[in-house]
Amino acid sequence: MLGSSMILVRYMGIAILSLLILACQKETQVERGNREKILIVGNGGDPKSLDQHLVTGVIESKVIGTLFEGLVGDDAQSDTAMPPGAAERWEHNADYTQWTFFLRKGALWSDGAPVTAEDFAFAYHRMLHPDMAAPYVEMLYFIKNAEAYNRGELTDFSQVGVKVIDPFTLQINLREPVPYLPGVTRHYTWFPVPKHVILRHGKMQQRFTAWCEPGNIVGNGAFVLEKWKLNDHILVKKNPRYWNAQEVKIEGVKFLPIENFYTETRAFLAGQLHTTYQIPPDLVEKIGREYPQYLRKEPYVGTRFMRFNTTRPGLDQAKVRQALSLAFDRDELCATVMQGFEACTSYTPKMGDYSPAPVLHFDPAKARQLLAEAGYPGGKGFPRYAILMGSGGTRSTVEAIQAMWKKHLNILVDVRMMDQASYIEAQQKLDFDMALAGWIGDYLDPTTFLMMWTKGNGNNNTGWSSKAYESLLQKAAHQADPRVRLQVFEQAEKLLMDEMPILPFAWQARNYLHHPSAQGWHPLLLDNHPFSQVHFEPTPTPR
Amino acid sequence: MISLFFHRLLQGGLVLLALFTLTFFLCRLLPGGPYQSEKAIPEHVKQKMMEQDGYHLPVHQQYMRRLSGVARGDLGLSIRLSGRPVNDVIAQSFPVSFQLGVVAMILAIGIGVPAGVISAWKKNTAIDVMVMAVAMIGLCLPSFVIGPILAETMGRSWQWFPVMGWDEVDPSTWVLPMVTLGLVYAAYLARLTRAGMLDTLSQDFVRTAHAKGVPMHRILIKHCLRGGLVPAAAYIGPAFAGIISGSLVIESVFQVPGLGRHFVKAIETNDVNMIMGIALLYGGLVVLGNIISDLLILWLNPRARSQSS
Repeated sequence: MLGSSMILVRYMGIAILSLLILACQKETQVERGNREKILIVGNGGDPKSLDQHLVTGVIESKVIGTLFEGLVGDDAQSDTAMPPGAAERWEHNADYTQWTFFLRKGALWSDGAPVTAEDFAFAYHRMLHPDMAAPYVEMLYFIKNAEAYNRGELTDFSQVGVKVIDPFTLQINLREPVPYLPGVTRHYTWFPVPKHVILRHGKMQQRFTAWCEPGNIVGNGAFVLEKWKLNDHILVKKNPRYWNAQEVKIEGVKFLPIENFYTETRAFLAGQLHTTYQIPPDLVEKIGREYPQYLRKEPYVGTRFMRFNTTRPGLDQAKVRQALSLAFDRDELCATVMQGFEACTSYTPKMGDYSPAPVLHFDPAKARQLLAEAGYPGGKGFPRYAILMGSGGTRSTVEAIQAMWKKHLNILVDVRMMDQASYIEAQQKLDFDMALAGWIGDYLDPTTFLMMWTKGNGNNNTGWSSKAYESLLQKAAHQADPRVRLQVFEQAEKLLMDEMPILPFAWQARNYLHHPSAQGWHPLLLDNHPFSQVHFEPTPTPR
Repeated sequence: MISLFFHRLLQGGLVLLALFTLTFFLCRLLPGGPYQSEKAIPEHVKQKMMEQDGYHLPVHQQYMRRLSGVARGDLGLSIRLSGRPVNDVIAQSFPVSFQLGVVAMILAIGIGVPAGVISAWKKNTAIDVMVMAVAMIGLCLPSFVIGPILAETMGRSWQWFPVMGWDEVDPSTWVLPMVTLGLVYAAYLARLTRAGMLDTLSQDFVRTAHAKGVPMHRILIKHCLRGGLVPAAAYIGPAFAGIISGSLVIESVFQVPGLGRHFVKAIETNDVNMIMGIALLYGGLVVLGNIISDLLILWLNPRARSQSS
């Protein structure tokens, strides 16, 4: 018996040794990726679906963006450049309400079928169909009568502003002037879908069919779906039928759905991926010190803010909200607990030609004065509010805010933590005092930030609305001159910050690690890096 | 023994029905609902989604629909994963959790049982104290501490093993999650085995064997091990059910594509069908683990066998 135990121990020893030998890999994943020309990307999680009519997230957009191409393409170096995509060129009428896109002849779906204007019209029809219940459908409401059709108030799709002039000419009529429409069409909700494939797997408006499963899905983008192993990886390979395939320098992209950003950072430093999704804020400084060659700190079109419930006594006074904002040291917050973020000076971040004047300042003396004027001198009698945060929030941020207000205004606020679903519901029901929140722009135009504060907007959730604010937005909407339009938006922004239903504190940033062997990767406000324009240069792997 | 097996099986079926019912109604009490999104979904769209998913029906009708679905083996569609069948998610993720659980349990038994036997044999010596101290540390250190330490040292610094990822055919990817998961169970098993062995070693037949001059290793392995393993066997069954149904911490730290993360995400987003599906699977495994444990104890312990008959 003892003899057999010894044999067992010996075998176990051999097994462990072999495992160690096996494990001492000569080549890292990044080196292998460079050799095989496969870009390995951390994607922050698994997509919910690859059907662009069923999803709303950024994670999904990364994968969908490799498989499909919209009318207008992405530029690797510039957010504002509008290179041709599925459309070779486009034109608009004088007031930007009618756009005509001339599609590329000879462009093919990955199964060889031609990409036509009918595929685009079909995609918009499908997304707008009430039975489709597409959660991101509002992105198409720019189109004339789109909202009415989606709400079921109109049943004839021919009355919606989408017209197929001929197989390669698509006309879009809009409900108001949209000078920035080319940028909007780069969003995945505006991408075409393969009509012939969708109808093969079910009806147009059928929500859950197998058309977007590996083996079935057909795209018009630079890559095709090779494999999707749930929570493990998604592999897309170069699409030889893509119209610009000869310019695609890599063979594929592997997306890793890593949700734990500490794990992702560790994996990057062990040579397991080319690009991370994000670095945990508390590691930014350390990584910057130890691995400056890999750290990327780039602006991202988003804002972190605090919602006020303006129906709560106390918070219903603009002076109180202003006081809370003036006692908020944004620079200190971003230098300590929100490293890598930029202290904001307005709500909407700078984008393209829009650069709003600074309206947010740190002035504790003025804050105390306003609080006294509102009836709370020295913070006396100030209600004990709670800051609501969901599971995605950062506790250290709230603690820093608590400390700031205690120090500068002598007021105490509590923290109320909830799971994500309850946190969202509490805001929708106005069952909160203050709530940490954030917003990422869908496209580069101030409307993506400013429209949400209109009355009845599902994202408002502050109880605040203003006719003056909405009339400014209306004025801008009907303004065809882009320069004047932006000036009107700036006035609206000023009004919003005077009323302060939200307290913006930081502009979003992308802090991540990027391996220098993956070239052709530049800072982009919308973070829509066209993977098709990446190429590899050999460099040493991080150790 | 066979009648006991069927009796336990029947009891298990009733437990699963109770679990299904309780989970279903508890899910309905959760605040938030499954149609919440950071970017608000228009109300009319949300209504349509609920209609399409049958979420608008009266609760008792939904319950009957789900029950008949489960009876047919259809666990429904995941709301969070935009209509992906729950069966499909389990079919893809469970084998990974199972594989990880099996290797971790083998490691736990391989370390825990011999450690417990040695500790009992060398009772109240330096070896005993040392083994039990290590076991106590193993019990006290949670996997979210051990995991990153192993990943940082054996993974990143020494480059022995990949710091994350899982490949069914590459054992080097199993090592760190297996060790992290297995060590905690090994510590439990060591303490349980020690207690069982000490109890057996104090029996009269052991004294008789000593008097007859039977060598110690023979007493330990041939005479005591079977009886000494009873407490460990009672623990292994339910523990095995737990270990193979996925661990959120291990899956998160090592990016293992198992079932644990789906379960937690489903609860966070109120994805009812996914919660129900995984809860039923987990419940089924616990029932099965308990039945196996009972049978194992009967096999190990003749007294229990005679009592049961």
